[in-house]
Amino acid sequence: MAASEHTALQFTPVLSSSSLLAKVHPLVIFNICDCYVRRPDQAERVIGTLLGSVLPDGTVDIRNSYAVPHNESSDQVALDIDYHHNMLLSHQKVNPKEAIVGWYSTGLGVTGGSALIHEFYSREVPNPIHLTVDTGFRNGEGTIKAYVSVNLSLGDCQLAVQFQEIPVDLRMVEAEQVGFDILKTPMVDKIPSDLEGMEASMQRLLALIDDVHKYVDDVVEGHTASDSSIGRFISETVASLPKLLPSAFDKLVNDNLQLCGYLDIGGFLSD
Amino acid sequence: MANNSGNTVARSFLQVASTEEVAPSLRVVQIEGLVILKIIKHCKEFSPALVTGQLLGLDVGSVLEVTNCFPFPIREEDEEIEADGANYQLEMMRCLREVNVDNNTVGWYQSTLLGSFQTVELIETFMNYQENIRRCVCIIYDPSRSNQGVLALKALKLSDAFMELYRSNNFTGEKLRERNLSWVDIFEEIPIKVSNSALISAFMTELEADSPITQCDYDRLQLSTNPFMERNVEFLIECMDELSMEQQKFQFYYRNLSRQQAQQQAWLQKRRSENMARKAAGEDPLPEEDPSNPIFKPIPEPSRLDSFLITNQIANFCNQINGVSGQSFNRLYLMKALQDS
Repeated sequence: MAASEHTALQFTPVLSSSSLLAKVHPLVIFNICDCYVRRPDQAERVIGTLLGSVLPDGTVDIRNSYAVPHNESSDQVALDIDYHHNMLLSHQKVNPKEAIVGWYSTGLGVTGGSALIHEFYSREVPNPIHLTVDTGFRNGEGTIKAYVSVNLSLGDCQLAVQFQEIPVDLRMVEAEQVGFDILKTPMVDKIPSDLEGMEASMQRLLALIDDVHKYVDDVVEGHTASDSSIGRFISETVASLPKLLPSAFDKLVNDNLQLCGYLDIGGFLSD
Repeated sequence: MANNSGNTVARSFLQVASTEEVAPSLRVVQIEGLVILKIIKHCKEFSPALVTGQLLGLDVGSVLEVTNCFPFPIREEDEEIEADGANYQLEMMRCLREVNVDNNTVGWYQSTLLGSFQTVELIETFMNYQENIRRCVCIIYDPSRSNQGVLALKALKLSDAFMELYRSNNFTGEKLRERNLSWVDIFEEIPIKVSNSALISAFMTELEADSPITQCDYDRLQLSTNPFMERNVEFLIECMDELSMEQQKFQFYYRNLSRQQAQQQAWLQKRRSENMARKAAGEDPLPEEDPSNPIFKPIPEPSRLDSFLITNQIANFCNQINGVSGQSFNRLYLMKALQDS
């Protein structure tokens, strides 16, 4: 590919007037980190394609990704385009709805080579998203940023490509469902069983109730300033417990207990 | 002298090459968080359709490491597409190898609906894989149970004793009693460990939501479990029906067998009395066997494999019901306590 003739400008967060938002699923982060860890020795960063879809309200939903081998030197970038197309076809055989929505690279900030790659991706899809994941933790934290490009031109002459940052929404719902405990630690010895998971949730609930209790006590005794919005919230929560007649509630509970009991016994007998 | 000192230290190359490696038995399957997320995404996207995919990783001693995976496209029942499927697999493996992913197949994963995965197809797929790969494992994921807040992931493999028996294709009651094989011995469940690279743990630690309660907890503390219980019980009843049909088959077989034996005895008696008469008359006795007579044809015993598999499924459903009832008990008592106060 040709050497860069355009300059790439990067502006720090400017909330653009268009409400473009990028939603990133946790699998994408996992993929990027895994590819970074497995990169060839001479490569400093990893580049790859982002797959997903554009939602009706304009938000870009980034659901999957794959790495693309590339060669980079100080002023040249070469991307394996055949590989990129082959992987895209393979992925689309499984899930035809996943289309290219942009590309990612590791490292903080946007470099000169990125403009060229972005141009390549603009030919594949209009308005691609460029995602950067800072695996070097340069700011002391893992920064994940997304950019779209805007062409700066003076009259008919194109001057530069500006990368404008757009807000990123990290949808960690799936990771939450699996349980952050499993995904956070380098080694988990056992996947928690039903009852162990239940125990953990109950303990968390108990801790929360304790906190609320302490807060209310503090406010009553005058240790903490009272906040009426919090107070209203607490009273709403307590009021939302369904008010059933004690007899009706007992019947409900006992019915359910009986059902569970019978099925339990059935389970034991057949073993 | 040199020989003596060399005795315990060095063996000749020939000796080492000729001793067979005794593979340590598989003790644990180590999966990466990445693989779990990929499996969950694939199974959930296509649920309730059942999907499969390939597992890639490394076989290290008694640990089977699964480091990556890729999904299979849904296969149509068409000759052309069969070749496509093989091409897809080769293409994916080649591409992944270029980005340094482990290019070694260690098994496959499949999704299931409420745990009804013990079928003959599963056993056949295992046998196919086992021919090429020394150690392979199947990971079963149940997306419907994950709505209850449980990560329903299981690693299975066929027990060696069962595989030998399957190859000989002989499932009569006698053979099974001989080897002391019952329905629990077909599948072996292997414990799963989860590992993550340091980089991704750093990211996840940072990206963890600040709120103390997560979606996982909301799912677990949900009160309505009736639909799930209902479907479980429905499946259980179907399995019971199938099991009773299998038992009827066996009863029919035994009845036929005893009837045939009675017929054989009667024929034998007649033959013997005939022979006595012929001896008295001075003629040669007729043989006491007659293989061409249809009542001597051995009746084939129905295979016990199906009933074993059904029993496995039933056990699975019962375990699931046990688990869910345990959770429900907890929740109901919690509600009761809240209500009382």
